[in-house]
Amino acid sequence: MSNEFEPTLLAFVCNWCTYTAADLAGTSRMVQQPNLRLVRMMCTGMVDPKYVIKALLSGADGVLVSGCHPGDCHYINGNFKARRRIKLLNEILPQFGIERERVKLTWIGASEGNEFAATVNNFINEIRELGPMEARSMAVI
Amino acid sequence: MATTVKIQVEENNPVLALQGFLKGLLNDESLSGILVPVHLFSKGIPMPTLVTNQDQLSGADPLAPAFPMNSAKLLSRLTRGQSTERIAAVLRPCEIRAFVELVKLNQGSFDKVIIVGMDCMGAYDNVSYKKFLADSDPFEATLNFHGQIGDGNNSSKNEIKIASACQCCEHPDARKADIVIGIAGADVHVCIPAMAASARGEALLSALGLPDMESINGRENALKSLMENRIVARDAMLERTKAATGTLKDLSEYLSSCVNCYNCRVACPVCYCKECVFNTDVFEHKPWQYMEWAKHKGSLKLPTDTVFYHLTRMAHMSTACVGCGQCSNACPNDIPVMELFRTVAARTQESFNYEPGRSLDDPPPLSVFKEDEFQETVSHIA
Repeated sequence: MSNEFEPTLLAFVCNWCTYTAADLAGTSRMVQQPNLRLVRMMCTGMVDPKYVIKALLSGADGVLVSGCHPGDCHYINGNFKARRRIKLLNEILPQFGIERERVKLTWIGASEGNEFAATVNNFINEIRELGPMEARSMAVI
Repeated sequence: MATTVKIQVEENNPVLALQGFLKGLLNDESLSGILVPVHLFSKGIPMPTLVTNQDQLSGADPLAPAFPMNSAKLLSRLTRGQSTERIAAVLRPCEIRAFVELVKLNQGSFDKVIIVGMDCMGAYDNVSYKKFLADSDPFEATLNFHGQIGDGNNSSKNEIKIASACQCCEHPDARKADIVIGIAGADVHVCIPAMAASARGEALLSALGLPDMESINGRENALKSLMENRIVARDAMLERTKAATGTLKDLSEYLSSCVNCYNCRVACPVCYCKECVFNTDVFEHKPWQYMEWAKHKGSLKLPTDTVFYHLTRMAHMSTACVGCGQCSNACPNDIPVMELFRTVAARTQESFNYEPGRSLDDPPPLSVFKEDEFQETVSHIA
């Protein structure tokens, strides 16, 4: 199974830090697996839990939310707000068999291109191990 | 020690006695009206009614075991923004707790409202209330209900049970009120205690000139045993629901008869958004989109996004859920939504150490943050 299964992952990244890091990882030609789709947000503080839920129900096997390190937020505290929302999802989703590991929150600064590439690769490998999201095999949701 | 006065009950009729008490309150020149459930017709369900004329209080039935909607939402309309005149509102404990949540979200204010909290013995859902009523006079039915259940034990003589939300409600005692009507443990056919629970309540109560009550026997014990029973029922309900919804497939099956009417959201007192995203253009999908989705999996259930809707609601309001059960009451297809939401809420509320309605000073969990918290939520992979 894990040999055949190719996960699809979605990432909500903040414009100011993690998106810039992703850009840096690309321009630095760092090796990244191609399973991740980026959604550029102005701030992780604007990632409503429903975006993550919708992604998981409509085909994503994992969702990464990544923003600035604490203290570096362009909007002062958006990343702290994001942390509470991810905490909320960590409590809700496992009750319905959606593994906690499928939703990940990290802080990646603008200069950390290598960290971004490594995070993405690790996350893809983890989800590859974990297997596909249950919603994928369900005709009716 | 706060004032406790005695509402004397004549002719075995506590409803009449409470009507008299409310008339007395309305007589106070500081109050312009009272929000209270009133039988507006000879049959049917008593609806929350804003009464400004004493005579109209003769239809008031604050003890009726009917709960057609959570009045917190209505009180929000009466108190949000500029309200010039002061009113009183007779509320159940879950309505008070929901109102506390709404006030925190700037959807209402305690400034111009006196809360008269009633201990709650539970109520029927709308369908059961009509069965319970059958052909009887609604006031007599109310008296019968309290003859059976008023002492806090739930041994209903007939087969009709109070709403499942009420069966597992661990907050039957009125808190955060200005005046508390102590139904629990009282022999409501003899006299009913009314206690002042705030300075404003104290002022109003003492102005009524009712006789003092030295001691109220049995309320604490009655509430305690009521709570114990309900906590047992609640925990059993939580286990049952967890077992029935443990996977996404189980959850979909649990919600399989949902028609996306969104009545549960409309009935929810703490879903306060003026416009819900599910009513916006975001969900005005184009025909080709439906076709694409259907082709992707071979078929597409319509209406779409049922599980998405419920999961989103859990994320948006479960920390504020007071467990009033109006979602289940409003569901046309008898989906046990209250059970689902309370099960999720139990976990989300615990994780933020938040109890909705407990205090105006506890900020809603998603409106605040601390710099140093929930470190385990953040991954450091590389």
